[in-house]
Amino acid sequence: MSIGLEHYLILSGALFAIGLYGALAKHNAIIILMSIEIMLNAASIALVAFSRYIVPLQYTGQVFAIFTMVVAAAETAVGLAIIIAIYRNRETIDADKIDLMKW
Amino acid sequence: MGQEIAFWILAVVTVSAALGVVLLRNVFRAVMLLVLSFLGTAGVYILLNADFLAAIQVLIYVGAIGILIILAIMLTREVPLGSPSNKFRIPAFIIAVLFFIGVGYAVLNTQWQVSSLPPAETTTSALAVKLFGEGGFILPVEIVPILLLATVLSAIVLVKDKK
Repeated sequence: MSIGLEHYLILSGALFAIGLYGALAKHNAIIILMSIEIMLNAASIALVAFSRYIVPLQYTGQVFAIFTMVVAAAETAVGLAIIIAIYRNRETIDADKIDLMKW
Repeated sequence: MGQEIAFWILAVVTVSAALGVVLLRNVFRAVMLLVLSFLGTAGVYILLNADFLAAIQVLIYVGAIGILIILAIMLTREVPLGSPSNKFRIPAFIIAVLFFIGVGYAVLNTQWQVSSLPPAETTTSALAVKLFGEGGFILPVEIVPILLLATVLSAIVLVKDKK
């Protein structure tokens, strides 16, 4: 059986599910950020797979993937800066203990 | 045939590295596996004939984001604590499994309009036309520098020592 669109979409879904589990079930804020990166990667794989198999000569999905990458880089930089600022103030990056704004 | 073997190897490596990220207790090993997962994704891009994307995946994710996360872990010194799961571990697992089953069901039961056109050999020049050319994505490209400037400024302001 040759590799088709479905294989890449299932791979993307599996990666997204793993990232979802990590983002929901972890204490460490940096691990949560890493799980979000895995989810963004999964979405990019789906976009590129659609671009390759549905509209091979239009590249719209690849353009979206490029913008996703730009925003992911910006998000990581700001996210890690926030985590380091929190660590300076509260000596922890445990997401359960960062409850200053919890209602 | 070679493409199938390459796909299965890359899929297994990427998914197991991602599983390692969320399951391992050692934070530093988790980052290393995250970098491996990024590299596997770059390989998947090459299989999908997206050579430019594979190159910037290696440059941005493996190079920049990987180093940034390692640096943050070093700066926060929480490595001895590991990465334990919180009290939502089982509900989160159920949600993830349900999500995967839903995606799999939707993907396998949809009639995709797969095009029979062969993919282009190289994508870089076509992507440049798409990004900068007439009727392309020039406005988002112009917005990106503003986003990056805001990111740099906010990162500096957030981590600056308050005297």
